[in-house]
Amino acid sequence: MNNTAQYDVVSIRNDFPILGKKIHGKPLVYLDNAASSQHPVQVINAVKEFYESGYSNIHRGVHQLSQDATRAYENARASVRGFIKADCVHEVVFTSGTTESINLVAQSYARPLLKIGDEILITHMEHHSNIVPWQIVCEQTGAVLKVVPISDAGELEMDRFAELMNERTKLVSVVHVSNALGTVNPVKKIVNMAHAQGIPVLVDGAQAIPHIPLDVQELDCDFYAFSGHKIYGPTGIGVLYGKEKLLNAMPPYQGGGDMILSVSFEGTTYNALPYKFEAGTPNIAGAIGLGAAIEYVQKIGLGAIAAHEHGLLEYATSELKRIDGLRIIGEAEQKAGLVSFVLDCVHPHDIGTMLDAEGVAIRTGHHCAQPVMERFKVPATARASFGMYNTFGEIDVLSEAIRKTIGMFS
Amino acid sequence: MENMRDLYQEVILDHNKNPRNFRKMETPDGFAHGNNPLCGDQIDVYLNLKDGVVDDISFDGHGCAICTASASMMTLALKGKTEAEAHALFESFHHALTEDAPYPDDVPLGKLKVLTGVKEYPVRVKCATLAWHTFDAALKKLQGEISTE
Repeated sequence: MNNTAQYDVVSIRNDFPILGKKIHGKPLVYLDNAASSQHPVQVINAVKEFYESGYSNIHRGVHQLSQDATRAYENARASVRGFIKADCVHEVVFTSGTTESINLVAQSYARPLLKIGDEILITHMEHHSNIVPWQIVCEQTGAVLKVVPISDAGELEMDRFAELMNERTKLVSVVHVSNALGTVNPVKKIVNMAHAQGIPVLVDGAQAIPHIPLDVQELDCDFYAFSGHKIYGPTGIGVLYGKEKLLNAMPPYQGGGDMILSVSFEGTTYNALPYKFEAGTPNIAGAIGLGAAIEYVQKIGLGAIAAHEHGLLEYATSELKRIDGLRIIGEAEQKAGLVSFVLDCVHPHDIGTMLDAEGVAIRTGHHCAQPVMERFKVPATARASFGMYNTFGEIDVLSEAIRKTIGMFS
Repeated sequence: MENMRDLYQEVILDHNKNPRNFRKMETPDGFAHGNNPLCGDQIDVYLNLKDGVVDDISFDGHGCAICTASASMMTLALKGKTEAEAHALFESFHHALTEDAPYPDDVPLGKLKVLTGVKEYPVRVKCATLAWHTFDAALKKLQGEISTE
């Protein structure tokens, strides 16, 4: 916890202009980071400067601006490589986000491989974006989607996980951190179990990437997907990490410019990695913004951020548990970044509206994880999720606003 | 938070806590299931007509306070109304929640007026209108789902 002691949350907050905003006359308490995080000036300026003085299309231009833009775009890729500790930069494919990354794997990796009766293994705590792409590819191929159950605490039933892996399983796709429950899954153990049977693993890292230091080589996952906007970067940019051998063997996901070496009407030669998967003009400014976000996170230190957020999580959990009629949904031993809860007497949407009046931004609803809601027999939850800039004082504001809400409704 | 009383008036909180006509009907003349896919609110509306008049109306399901109170107040407002009157009231209520122009005076909203504060919270308007859309579907004896989307 030494990191927490040295952690200068005030100076971090000063880097995020939006945190000075008032909502309904109250200071903004932004606790919706799991949906999307805010942006430090370093990211905003990187994007602004690119548009003001560095903008051009990339890769094809011979003029100075195009060469500079290409360098900036590829530097962002190098930043991502370093951040996730990939072996080489061409294992980092820029996408529009986690959703596109998963769809890319479903269509380019799984679809050509799957035969009738083959199985894709996911879990009951997946976000819709790690369910629906597999349902689509199963419909296309006749493969079957299998689902690992979760316990009342919100943890994967690892015995069942092992039982559900078999010779028909062609891919395991599992969320690293649950967006609805906060559970941190034992992904290293899952990768080891799957690899022992020759099954590749995709990890959905959308929620994990801002909270947990990642080393894809140590984790040994075959694919890792995440979004820029969950880690203080822009929307519309994300990453698919894939092992070179697998990416090389996969057909392109989309056809277009930039993903080719040569095109004629007789045939087309595809470009090398990662460009084979980056058809069309990419989100250049988004990638540059993501690069700046990663540099910012690295400057603070993801370990220090994680320690601070863990402190917030523990404090929020203990404070919320003291509120009569409040039930936390998801009490896994290993959690990161968020608390999902319901109140006996107030529906989550009313909680959301009431808290908003106090300047507290949380998310309410099914969090694009309807199977999780159904598993815990709740139509929706309220979710407070934390970022590097949140404070213990903000947790107090949250608790007080919940108490006031209960007071009004009971 | 006190200013939230404009939205969550006592009458609304009371209907949320003690919803009226909150029961299933076994053999209704009209029935519809209403679903708000964005927030998960689910409402079933049951309807019995006698000589073209709403003889009995009830609902069950789950939703937020606005949704539940609106459904409860709707059942009270509609009992005894002719089909045409019921439809006109739906139109008037919907107008009051979604249009800037004042709603027509010829169909007074009566007690339903307390729900018009929802207009200031655009994302919550669907909560207040779900039961009414569902009723409208039940009235037309449409089977199947109706969405406020």
